[in-house]
Amino acid sequence: MRCCLDERKDVIRRILVGTFKWSNKDKFMETIEQIQDEIIEDFSLFDDWMQKYEYIIELGKSLPLIEEEYKKDEFLIRGCQSRVWMRAERKGDRMFFKADSDAIITKGLIALLIKVLSGHTAQDIAQADLYFIDRIGLREHLSLTRSNGLASMVQQMKRSTTLVYSGKQEEN
Amino acid sequence: MDAPIHNLKKRLVREARTDFPILHTTVNGRDLVFLDSAASSQKPRAVIDCINTYYREQNANVHRGVYSLSQTATQLFEDSREKVKDFISAKHSREVIFVRGATEGINLVAQSFGGKFFKPGGEIILSQLEHHSNIVPWQMIAEEKGMKIRVVPINSKGELMMDALEDMLSEKVQMIALNHISNALGTINPVKEISALARRYDIPVLIDGAQATSHGEVNVQELGVDFYVFSGHKMFGPTGIGVLWGKEKWLEAMPPWQGGGEMIETVSFEKTTFNELPFKFEAGTPNIAGSIALGAAIDYIGQFDMLEIVKYERELLKYATEKLKEIPGLRIYGEAAEKASVISFLIENTHPYDLGILLDKMGIAVRTGHHCTQPLMDFLGIPGTVRASMALYNDQNDIDRLVDGLVKARQMLT
Repeated sequence: MRCCLDERKDVIRRILVGTFKWSNKDKFMETIEQIQDEIIEDFSLFDDWMQKYEYIIELGKSLPLIEEEYKKDEFLIRGCQSRVWMRAERKGDRMFFKADSDAIITKGLIALLIKVLSGHTAQDIAQADLYFIDRIGLREHLSLTRSNGLASMVQQMKRSTTLVYSGKQEEN
Repeated sequence: MDAPIHNLKKRLVREARTDFPILHTTVNGRDLVFLDSAASSQKPRAVIDCINTYYREQNANVHRGVYSLSQTATQLFEDSREKVKDFISAKHSREVIFVRGATEGINLVAQSFGGKFFKPGGEIILSQLEHHSNIVPWQMIAEEKGMKIRVVPINSKGELMMDALEDMLSEKVQMIALNHISNALGTINPVKEISALARRYDIPVLIDGAQATSHGEVNVQELGVDFYVFSGHKMFGPTGIGVLWGKEKWLEAMPPWQGGGEMIETVSFEKTTFNELPFKFEAGTPNIAGSIALGAAIDYIGQFDMLEIVKYERELLKYATEKLKEIPGLRIYGEAAEKASVISFLIENTHPYDLGILLDKMGIAVRTGHHCTQPLMDFLGIPGTVRASMALYNDQNDIDRLVDGLVKARQMLT
């Protein structure tokens, strides 16, 4: 069993390396749908909830998502249980997001959201249907309960995109 | 040799678990371990059946109809009030007001009693341990009246600092509102001692008993308090029903809080006169099924010896505390000498939310977060805790599962 787990972790690590390379690119060839489908495929490799959450935790641990200076109240999205800080930035016609959380699972979920949405145009982001959350069995995290603020995070990503584009918010 | 005889009639607490259908279900593929009774307890078959029977066979509005069904419903409703009266050893059943829950009871007193008796420049004493429900209603009336809120501090074990409370007492204080048992830390407050102190200055005392009524005997006369509120759903009853008990002299003097049917004597557009106690405070059709089922919950608790419940839960708390302390990096918050079966804790380098999510995957329900006690969490300098709270239906196996689950979650997270 141990060796299987190690193999699994190796796959996770490789996926993570892919994530890093991928998010450093300036231009994005893949559509939001394509990225979601890739994530769904990645998750289909997991046999049980533990592997799935180990992966999410690894994602959360490995991604330094936002600089400490932005961990201020003005960047805070309030959930009842874990705190999320998020920053939207416009480069050319594309939006880039950085975010962080004090809870590692929330941070891992944010990493997935960023992977899907960051680097796309405002229009694509505003219209995006985030079906992957449902398909990888994480719908519980999107509930509008007083939990982790993931739902408000998605809302905030869409809203800040609209704001940045309509010029109501400075590019930061 | 009198004492053991009544014990013989009582059921053993360890039999209770079989009475709760939900405890025999699975969650995420595992047998459910329910450790969030401080938020809401599970319901025994007797309570579930009572609600079912009411709607199938007894449903009608109360205090109105001349027909048999309405009279049956009225009788059951008023019987339930009588049961509540006996349960908390109140003097009269007219002192028992049915409300939606402890929160509504506190709001009623704050608005009605406070509205009439509170004076500008006065003070309301609360404690660092309070639930938001026992803070916000007082802040609202204090602002309206131009009063000050004063907060009794706690020591490092999570106990009220009685010296500080005593120092705060003066003619200015117009209400002391405290919980009986802290929902976040489990501290059992010395209510009797507090009301004795309050009496020196004739200060009325309201006790939020939401966490107390299913974990030990509550005798409002012996406690010497003026108001006592609690919720049905935390004591094996349904949601949406609770009780405000108040001394008759206060309830008589207080104006109605909400207007509507039931609470009136006569109505004309020129002048309305109000019904007598307790109906004066029960505007509109009440939660009839809920009230009757609360009576069933009281009957259910009555099958057991309250002292045995206390002893059973104390032993479970001791077992859980010892076991949890064996987990590296685990710190317990709240170590009061008098403590109910609630354990708040954190594990080094992990976030309560992460622990809660992973425990849920293992079929274990705990509460995580600030437990609606943000001022307390700020005082402790933490964003929240993981809280395991137990009731008479929990056992050592639940604790073992919790400990195993935490060890596994900790491995995954650190």
